[in-house]
Order: sequence, then C-alpha cells, then structure tokens
Amino acid sequence: MKRAPTHSYPGINLGERHASAHKATEVVTFGFWVFLMSDLVYFGLMFATYITMIDAQAGGPGPHELFDLKSVFAQTLILLTSSLTVGLAMLALKYNLPRGRIVLWFGVTLLLGISFLVLEVRDFMAMAEKGGIPQRSGFLSAFFGLVPLHGVHVAAGCLWLIVLGIQLHVKGMTDVVISRVVRLALFWHFLDLIWIGIITIVYFGGLTYG
Amino acid sequence: MTSPGTGFFGRLNWDALPVTGLIQNPNANEIVANAAAAIVLVGVVVVVGLLSWFRLWTPLWRDWLTSVDHKKIGIMYVVFAIVMLARGVLEGVVMRAQQAAGPGDGFLEAEHFAELFSTHGTIMIFFVAVPFVFGIANYVVPLMIGARDVAFPRLNQISLGLTVSSGMMLMVSLVVGRFSTGGWTAYPPYTGAAFNPGVGPDYWIWAIVVSGVGTTLTGINFAVTIYKMRAPGMTFMRLPMYCWTIICSSILIVFAMPPLGVAALLLAADRYLDFHFFTNDLGGNMMNYANLFWLFGHPEVYLLVLPAYGIYSEVFATFSAKRLYGYNSLVIATMSIAVLSFTVWLHHFFTMGQSALINAVFGIATMLIAIPTGVKVYDWMATLWRGRIRFSVPMLYGLAFLMLFVIGGLSGVILANPTVDYQVHNTLFLVAHFHNVLLPGVLFGLLAAYNYWFPKAFGFRLNEFWGRVTVALWTVGFLLTFMPLYFVGLMGMPRRSFSYDDPSFHPFMIVAIVGALVITCALFSVLIQLWVSIRDREKTRVPVGDPWDGRTLEWSIPSPPPPYNFAIIPTVTDRDDFAAAKDKGAAYPTPDAYEDIELPRNTGIGFVLCVLSGVWMFALVWWIWWLAALMTVLMILVVIVWTFDDSTELTIPAEEVRKDHEAWLARVHGEKAVDRDFETSPENRGLARPDLEVIT
Repeated sequence: MKRAPTHSYPGINLGERHASAHKATEVVTFGFWVFLMSDLVYFGLMFATYITMIDAQAGGPGPHELFDLKSVFAQTLILLTSSLTVGLAMLALKYNLPRGRIVLWFGVTLLLGISFLVLEVRDFMAMAEKGGIPQRSGFLSAFFGLVPLHGVHVAAGCLWLIVLGIQLHVKGMTDVVISRVVRLALFWHFLDLIWIGIITIVYFGGLTYG
Repeated sequence: MTSPGTGFFGRLNWDALPVTGLIQNPNANEIVANAAAAIVLVGVVVVVGLLSWFRLWTPLWRDWLTSVDHKKIGIMYVVFAIVMLARGVLEGVVMRAQQAAGPGDGFLEAEHFAELFSTHGTIMIFFVAVPFVFGIANYVVPLMIGARDVAFPRLNQISLGLTVSSGMMLMVSLVVGRFSTGGWTAYPPYTGAAFNPGVGPDYWIWAIVVSGVGTTLTGINFAVTIYKMRAPGMTFMRLPMYCWTIICSSILIVFAMPPLGVAALLLAADRYLDFHFFTNDLGGNMMNYANLFWLFGHPEVYLLVLPAYGIYSEVFATFSAKRLYGYNSLVIATMSIAVLSFTVWLHHFFTMGQSALINAVFGIATMLIAIPTGVKVYDWMATLWRGRIRFSVPMLYGLAFLMLFVIGGLSGVILANPTVDYQVHNTLFLVAHFHNVLLPGVLFGLLAAYNYWFPKAFGFRLNEFWGRVTVALWTVGFLLTFMPLYFVGLMGMPRRSFSYDDPSFHPFMIVAIVGALVITCALFSVLIQLWVSIRDREKTRVPVGDPWDGRTLEWSIPSPPPPYNFAIIPTVTDRDDFAAAKDKGAAYPTPDAYEDIELPRNTGIGFVLCVLSGVWMFALVWWIWWLAALMTVLMILVVIVWTFDDSTELTIPAEEVRKDHEAWLARVHGEKAVDRDFETSPENRGLARPDLEVIT
C-alpha cells in the first residue's frame, strides 16, 4: 500500500499535482468548519434554554418519570460506533483502498444512523404515552426542541450518506466527491459531540437536577 | 394554536385583501393601507411592463439572475436594499405625520400604526441595512484583496435569493393579510398565538428565519473569503481597513444569527405546535426570548456599523491623500468592539427585573464600547490632520458622520447607565438615540460607499452637485426629524404610541414631520442624482479606473472591472499597495505572461430557491400545509440534483485575457494623468497623478 503525500487534511488524496484542487478543498473544508461553529451556537442556545427550563415542569411529568437510560445508553453506543465506521471510511479514502470499501463503511454507518433514529423515535413515543408531550410543559418543550433537533441532523446526515453513496457510484472518486466525503465525516463526528452534550446535560443533568 | 384541515387554501380567503376592509369601512386608515397595497401592485406591473417593453427578460435572466459574479450579486443586493429603503422611509414619514396631526387620534388606527413601526423596523434592519452592507461588501471585498471571486460564489447567489424572497414576503404582507403588530423585536407572549392568532407574527417569523439563513451563509462566505482568498503577500496587517471590518462583521454574523434563528423558530413552535417556550402558562418563560433575541440584536447593530467604520476609514484616507492614521489601533479597536458587542445584550431590558448587580455589570460593559469607538474617532481625525483634504461627496458624508455620530454615541453612554435608563427606556429618547447612530453611522456610510465605489462599478462618476444636495438633505432632514425626539423623550413621550394628549409635545412633532419631509426629499434626491449621472455619463467616464487617486487594489484595475477582476493576481508588498506602487512609478505593470482563468459558470439555483422558499413561506403563513410540504421536498430535491452537476467551471482563455488587458494598458498609457484639482472635471478619466506632496 503506497502512502499518499503530505496533506492539509487527513484523508484527502488529491496528490501534489492538483494544487488548485487542494486549495479548493482547503477553502471548502474551512468554510464547513465555520458553518459547524455557527450550528454549534444553535445547539448551545438550545442547551441553555433546556437548563433554564428544567424546573418549568408545570406539574407535568419530569425526567425521572420519562427518561429511559437503557435506551439512551444503546443509542450512545450505536452513535459512537457510527463515528468509528465513518472514520474507517476515511481511512479507506486515505490509503487509496477500492471505492467499494468506502461504500461499505458508508452503508454500515447508514444502518447505525437509522437504528439510532428508530430507537430515539421509540423513546419519544414511550414518553408521549406517559404524558410527556412537548405541549405539556416548558421543560418538555425545551426537551423536544433540543433532542429531536439533533435527530433531524442525524436524519440529514443519513440522507447525505445516501446521496454521496450514489455520487461515489455514478461519478467515482472525483476531487469534488472526495471533498464532500471529508465534510460528511466532519459533520458526522460533530453529531457525536452534540450527542455527548445531550446525554450529559439533558439526560444525566435532568435526572440529577430536575 | 393549530387547527389543521382548514381547507385547500388554509386560512386564506377574500378577507385577507385590504380592499375588503376599504369596502366595509371606508376611512383614512383603510385608504392609506390600500394606497400602500396599490403602490406595490403598480410597482410590480410597471417593472414587468418595462422589462417586456424593452425585451429585457432574456438579458435579465442570462446576465443577472443566473450570475454568480460577486460584482453583479453585490449590485443586485444594493438595488434591492434601495427599493426597500424607499418603503421604509415612507413608512417612517407616515408615522411622523400621524403624530404631527397633534393630540388626539390622528388619522391612523392603533393597529395600523403598530404594523407601521413593526414593518419599518424589520425592513430597515433586515432588508435595507444588511443587504446594503453586504451588497457593498460583495462588490468591494474580492477586489480589495486581489481575488477573482468570493470563496463560494454559488452560495453567494443562494444567499441573495433567500434575502430577496423574505423581503418579498414583507411586500406580500401589504397586499395579502396583515403584518405583525409586535414591533421588529416581536416579543412574546404578545406575539404568541393566544394574543395574536392572525398571520402577522407568522409573516415576521418566516421572513426572519429565511433571511437569517441567507445572512448566515453570507457571513460564512465572507469570513472564509477574507481568510483564505487574499492575494499573495497580503498579510493580515496589510489588509485594507474595510476588509478588517467586514471580517469582524462576518464573524459577528456567524455567531449572532443563530440566536435570532433560535428565537424565531421557538416562537414558531409556540404558535404552530402549541409548545410552551415563551407562553404565560405551563412553564413558558418570555425572558428567554428577550435574552435570545438580544444575543442577536445587540451584535447586529455592530455588524452593521463596523463596515461603515471601514468605509469611512477608506474614504478619509483617500480624500486626505494620506495613509490611514493608527492602523494598528483601528484593527484592535474593531476587534474589541466585535468582542464587546456580545457582552452587552442585557442593556436592552434593564427594566425587566434582574438584579441591580447584573444591570451594573452590563451597564459598565456597555460603556466600555465607547473606548474603542473613541479611539476610532481620534484616528479618523488624525488622518484628516494636515491631509490634502478634498470635500468630495463621500468625504462630506464622513464629516457629517464624525460630528453627528459622536452625539449619538454620547446619548448611548447616557442610556447605558441603568438608573437613567429606568427613566427614558421606553420613550422617544431611545428612538432618537438609535436613529442617531444608525443614520449618520450606517446609512451615511453606505451612501458614502455608494458614491465612492460607483465609478468602479459602472465606469462613470456620480453627479457631484446632486450628491452634495443629497448630503445636505439627509443631514438637515436627520437633524430636524430626530433631535426633537430627544426632547420629547426626556419629557416622557412614550415610543410606539399612535396618539398622545399632552399638547406640549406637539411643536416638536411638527418639527419632526418637517424633517421627515426633508428626508423624503433626500430619498428622491438620491434617485435624481442617479438619473442625472446616467444622463451625463459620457462626461464622467473613468475607464482607467482610478478616479479618486485610490490607495487599495480595487483602483488598480479597469472600471468596470472584467468578470475575472484581475488579469494577473497581484503580489502585495505594502499596506496601501496601489498607492505605494504609484509613488514608486510601478503602477500598471505589463505582465510577462497570461494564464487561462477559471470562473464559476452561471446557475439558476439561487433564483429557483428564491421562488421555492417564497412559496414555502407563504404556505406556512397561511397554513396551506400540503403546499409547504411540497416546497420542502422540492427544495431538498433541487439542491440534491444540483450537486450532481459537474460542469461548474468556465475557462476564459489566456489569449482573451491578454487582448483585453493590453487594450486597457494602451488606454492607460494614452490618457493624461489629472491632478486632484481636476478630480470632478470631465478631464478626470480615471488616471490619477500622484499628489503634489507625498504625505505618509
């Protein structure tokens, strides 16, 4: 296996000959980081809203009645594993493995993402059965403003995985597609980081304080 | 307060048209509302008619709507901003007229007056100031940093599309249904479903959300552009001051627009899905809204005024023929203001029940902003000091700004004191203060930029005489309109009140309406200046491209610039690189070789998203759920399909670049350089003779 030359970002194999492609990828990747920072502010504010509303239960059900830590634990494992599989896809890219290897890891990631979403929706339905609907209290509004927002991001990531899988198949490993793979990986790891915040603040914080 | 299944057209019916109100209840109030709606409709008909008459649809589509050239996008932003400015100014005049009618009820109904101040604020901030600021930035920044385009040209087009579609929603709200009565800040629970079940707040919410996405994308785009696209040799400490202010402004956008999106979307969740973020019952907390909104709202005013500071920095340096004094301190001051702007949001609600300590902390943080701002004012004054000053139109705006803005800043320091704020916070004193910073600060800056860079964009100078008239009208109009408001504010006249009964306010209101009429004349004067300038353009052409003896890179290329901006990307060696090159006699070099230039190819994606997002917003406002769902799916599909398109680049052959550039160089060498004394005469063809005395 031949090692690729030095890179500005791990996983990009654009080679020395493509100075302009390198430059373009660097600009786009940096831009995507800036976008993620902006998105992080969204989540930060939703976390802050949740914290300020943790007591605003208005006599409705609170964290102790509603949260199912076993399911949350399973979701955490699934999501962290999906970060690993995205990482493996990136390594396949970095070491010039056949395109099929990337698609394979993408497929595994997609399955993990979907199972995460299924578990999450089941949790929400279980909460609703216990009266934990967002219309019930400020606390529940804040919960349902934050956790599904992460879920929507995961769903968007899944859609992105599908679209990129098709593009890998149709277009092959062009510079543009590779640069999109890099950004998808960034996005997916970002979702993991947000989830760490959610289990810490929403679930553990909720159970400790609320 | 959802009630699904309200029919094929949701809650849209004939009552939504203003003419229904006129038929049922003909009075002055309805006549004003219908006249406004009629102006919108007539405007649409006239524009469509003119475009068809002159057969301009094809060129409009080919050269403008599908263009990804930052220069054209910038111009479209500015045109949009000026159209919205006309509406915003006229609304202000109607409000002043209502109060000038004297004690009693005037001629407008309370609801209508509330709609006026809500749309006036929303339009002026989101659809005049922001697009104008980033229209100018779009045009100028890539030229200043020696780049071929912004970092993400197609994203730039999408940003424009989203801004325009949400601006159009405000126009639609004049004709179909009503806009919010909740002010530009839309505080719940007043704008919640319980108090405001109509469509007004929904128009506000979706216009804010969609334009907010557009603005966020612009902020990302410009932060990355300045960070990554600078010409070789242009270190951060060689960056023109204007670009420094734009990068700070972009960073403010990246961090300050999300709070606005969060505030508006949570309000939407309350209104549409019966959530309880900001309601009065079931644990809702409206103070969260105030915090979220002003976490955006305060940095917002700095993301508007910082670019104006940058414009003045360029204008003062150029028209004093001097290097900008205290560049380093200006950079530090700009960054300090950008950071401090995030630490003061709470001064917008001193009176809403937090502890005295919190108020004191935020009061002091607020006053701290006066320090870097003061540094800037002294730096500009020192730039003027012993300069070879020319009283051109941009310079006159700058001088008016220097004097008036200091008054506005001082009244800001007064307001920053919580004890004083308790007395005047909801009076016209506050209105006077923020108009005092936003007009001489932001608007004068933008008009200065418009006069300063117009010859760069269109190849001919604007009319000096009408420019001066415009400056005088804006300045006098501003003083007459807003200075009286300080006095009535101190006398206790509440803002946003459609009527009053204290006759001692009346004389001040008369002065204010006279001022408002002068401002109306100023608005028309802008248009007259443009018309006269276009008429006389043969006499004011500046094809060489440097009419003002400019100091930065954008003046070193032809006017108007070619699509690729720079035939050869310059290598920068100095802070005022072009001025230094002229001093050394090294301006207008002949390149050794030319290269093929790759430019992004035209695309219709921005326009398509503009239309789809417009329909999407309308469907949401009127609860036409099937249409909203359809538009959501379509927008996602369009973007996905669009990413499959690979033919995104267009190559301009080196030979063509060489031909154009050599023709222009021949022209440069053929023209007679003019001295600054003939700057405004027809002799000025854009080739400047470096100044008599070289002042550093």
